[in-house]
Amino acid sequence: MSAQAPAPLMTLDVDPLLLDPRTRIVICCGAGGVGKTTTSAALAVRAADAGRTVVVLTIDPARRLAQALGLTTLDNVPRVVEGVGSEAGGRLWAMQLDMKRTFDEIVEAHSTPERSAQILSNPFYQSLSSSFAGTQEYMAMEKLGQLRVTGEWDLIIVDTPPSRSALDFLEAPQRMARFLDGKMLRLLVAPAKAGGRAYLKVVGAGFALFARILTKILGAQVLTDVSAFVGALDTMFGGFRERAEATYEMLSQPGTAFLVVASPETDALREASFFVERLKVDKMPLAGVIVNRVHRSAVPELSGQRAEAAAEKLAGMGDQDLMAAVLNIHAELMYAGRRESRLISRFRKAHPDIGLHEVPALAGDVHDLAALRAVGAALAG
Amino acid sequence: MPATPASGWPQARLHIVTGKGGTGKTTVAAALAIALAYGGRRTLLVEVEGRQGIAQLFDSPPLPYKETRVAVAPGGGDVLALAVDGEAALLDYLDMFYNLRRAGRALRKMGAIDFATAIAPGLRDVLLTGKVKEATTRTVGGKRVYDAVVLDAPPTGRITKFLNVTAEVSGLAKVGPIKAQSDGVMAVLRSSQTAVHLVTLLEEMPVQETIDAIVDLTASGFPVGAVFVNAARPLLLPEADRSRAMAGRLGVARIAAGLELAGLDSTLAKGLTAEAVAHAQRFAVQDESRDRISELEHPTYELPLLAGPIDRADLFELADILHDAGVQ
Repeated sequence: MSAQAPAPLMTLDVDPLLLDPRTRIVICCGAGGVGKTTTSAALAVRAADAGRTVVVLTIDPARRLAQALGLTTLDNVPRVVEGVGSEAGGRLWAMQLDMKRTFDEIVEAHSTPERSAQILSNPFYQSLSSSFAGTQEYMAMEKLGQLRVTGEWDLIIVDTPPSRSALDFLEAPQRMARFLDGKMLRLLVAPAKAGGRAYLKVVGAGFALFARILTKILGAQVLTDVSAFVGALDTMFGGFRERAEATYEMLSQPGTAFLVVASPETDALREASFFVERLKVDKMPLAGVIVNRVHRSAVPELSGQRAEAAAEKLAGMGDQDLMAAVLNIHAELMYAGRRESRLISRFRKAHPDIGLHEVPALAGDVHDLAALRAVGAALAG
Repeated sequence: MPATPASGWPQARLHIVTGKGGTGKTTVAAALAIALAYGGRRTLLVEVEGRQGIAQLFDSPPLPYKETRVAVAPGGGDVLALAVDGEAALLDYLDMFYNLRRAGRALRKMGAIDFATAIAPGLRDVLLTGKVKEATTRTVGGKRVYDAVVLDAPPTGRITKFLNVTAEVSGLAKVGPIKAQSDGVMAVLRSSQTAVHLVTLLEEMPVQETIDAIVDLTASGFPVGAVFVNAARPLLLPEADRSRAMAGRLGVARIAAGLELAGLDSTLAKGLTAEAVAHAQRFAVQDESRDRISELEHPTYELPLLAGPIDRADLFELADILHDAGVQ
């Protein structure tokens, strides 16, 4: 540690954020494996206990966490979580996103039964709704929009899909909407509509060649399926792009707060950095950064080196195995803590204006509401 | 540790490494690629997710779309690495089958390549796995170019879908070159030439994902190889004191006396005791996880927790451990 007076650190306090009735949406984002889902669930329990009417949208919770939330059936609708809330009227609902079902529901809600049956059985739609890169992100956004519109909850907490990159959550819906509304798709299916010469005149020979190759590689059936799907979409509703843009717009409104979740490791903090910068560029409301699983000693006044030296001394005395072990455990914890604080302070230096809160590592996994409440208390500091 | 002598994959040459996010699958894949190159063999380490994770680990510049040497293994083996991206793989493919490299470039400018891989999500995976299969089976003058290929694959949540290329494209392409390509890839992936390995930490969630992934992979006909336990912590407490710690009977007074003996402030005893108890609790979670893993009856290799961030030297240390445990 340097002798200089440390710069004042920006801290993140989640309680005022959760309790402020103006906060309507909290989005937890970050790299995979940093504890996003647990963080979302713990925040939701805490807000409900404090009197808010909360729904938490989880993406892929671990089995025991799902059980802790009472999520035993995956039916794509929020279910009340028993044992959470307060006399002040707080309640908690939880749901797990089923992306295919969400997509199907959009189709069903916006077309006649006959037409939707046609779309749902289209092979291209089936592949799009179950394996398109970005469908999960898109559907998470869509579900968020739906939950918001009902007005049944005054706080919606969203966990984001385990993407390759934390940025996917923001980018995928627009990318997908661009694709579905896109010129390319329309051009590609145009031959079916316009045919021959007129088509060539519009798109040029290069594209025609490409379309031919694509047909060759994928088989003509694919383009026929795509064409049928796009044709059906056309009459279905006012464009995917507008929908995605409306949701994106909603996210930039006051009332939405992004929480970037990380762990004190190089990769996770790098992802967090990207995300923080991206949110700034997009003028998205960033509430702060949560760093989970930080190792913190209960006895910081005893340095790792002194503990280790004392352990060595005791080892020479004999019959002091336990004491030496206790000191070594402490030394290991101090060293891990020091490595982590270096990484965290580097992050702070790069983002001095962002509030950050460190959450100590848990000794065990989260199995029940009591554990979620403990995590919530740690999140609030 | 049940490291079976045959290492669990007697004929495998294509090693597919997956794991839950945050378990260190790229690190394990890299260490495995080094371990398999010991004694003058030649291995290729491949990544497909465009993260440039290999370059970061080996502390080298971003990998081009070209097989590049990243390390020399003990005993003179070569470790090459390749970052495959979907777009480049499609251009390769167009070139190979349609002699269209130049047209391909023009199409890329139009965004058409992006579009083609988007319109058929399976197409991208077929091209990526296709490239891996090509490297695995490549021969020059009748000799295999690589003794082993190690793929840093997508995480457990997506692995079965990623490998199941035939199912992915079957809804799209029933005939044609892509169908033929995916059938060829599938034949290799399901053969004894391939082993899918899982990386886990000794924590409940990653272990559960490992168990689920093994069920899925097996049901889809992919040969599961080993389970790599990463970042295992050693038990620092004497075995006899472990159960006492778990029961909360470590004895603060005993620790306080020890502190005095060591010339330290005895008032620290309470805090230090709590740390020792938390250590014992974490270790109990590790043991429980280890038991669940051993029930899987797959060969298991255990790697210790290293003081991060992992660097080149660490990779060689981990490779050494794998080599000593019988990985070859």
